[in-house]
Amino acid sequence: MIITLNGKQTEIGEKTALMDLIQSKGLEPESIVIEYNRKVLRKEEWDSVVLKENDKLEVLRFVGGG
Amino acid sequence: MDDKLTIGGREISSRLFIGTGKFPANSIIPDVIKMSGAQVVTTALRRIDFDSDEENMLKYIPKDCILMPNTSGARNAEEAVRIARIARASGCGNFIKIEVISDNRYLLPDNMETIRATEMLVREGFTVLPYINPDLMDARRLKDAGAAAVMPLGAPIGTNKGLRTREMVKILIHEIDIPVIVDAGIGKPSEACEAMEIGAAAVLVNTAIATAGDPVVMAEAFANAVMAGRKAFLSGTGPVKEYAEASSPLTGFLA
Repeated sequence: MIITLNGKQTEIGEKTALMDLIQSKGLEPESIVIEYNRKVLRKEEWDSVVLKENDKLEVLRFVGGG
Repeated sequence: MDDKLTIGGREISSRLFIGTGKFPANSIIPDVIKMSGAQVVTTALRRIDFDSDEENMLKYIPKDCILMPNTSGARNAEEAVRIARIARASGCGNFIKIEVISDNRYLLPDNMETIRATEMLVREGFTVLPYINPDLMDARRLKDAGAAAVMPLGAPIGTNKGLRTREMVKILIHEIDIPVIVDAGIGKPSEACEAMEIGAAAVLVNTAIATAGDPVVMAEAFANAVMAGRKAFLSGTGPVKEYAEASSPLTGFLA
């Protein structure tokens, strides 16, 4: 199925759990922030999210800035 | 001398705030923060690029710092609010630097959108520090909206041109009774010192330190300059006179 991940159409397996996607990308959960379908997700909510077709996921992190 | 800076209920130990962009290597940031003495540290929030090996900036910022994410990239109030909400979900506190910019050449802030974003984020419990063009009426609107401070620019972001807006910043300092923090444009310690001498509550410096020959040494130079300027302000400077006035007695000459 296709989701929009950081603005790009991305193919992932059916019913992929959010945590599995994070782990497959090699990301440390404590270093990232997630917005799921325009709603900010609290870290406690990550475990319960299973992605669906056409979901919009933004995965962000802090970078240098002034 | 009791000289505390309190913002959003937090007592802040250093009047030098620093940004973390443009450093030649992120690995020097811990030393820069240490030598600057800064407690308030800004960062930006960006999409992860899955094709590149980026670093997590948070690992370079000591846990006892107050993280002040900015809303850079926002072109209107709604985008700034969205970024602020995402930043807060990281669990790094509720300080936010509002930065709303739609002008790509000079990166000048849009005060009107900044005021709207401030109103919305204050209602959501953020400690809001807006980056603004130094306009008195807008600064008053921001104060009324509940901003914790106002942060007028000294010169356009990243230019190192110094305190070009001196007169306007001075007016804000005299007229606005929330902290006025000079953000952007400060290029040299002497300019940070000047901002503090005229009564700025703090200065936010990034490019001047990050692009210096030795950023760690420059961080310490800024720390000293900010302290010197603050003390000069608290003391009050001596009067300026048109003609010379001897410092040594004019009597009892040898000849």
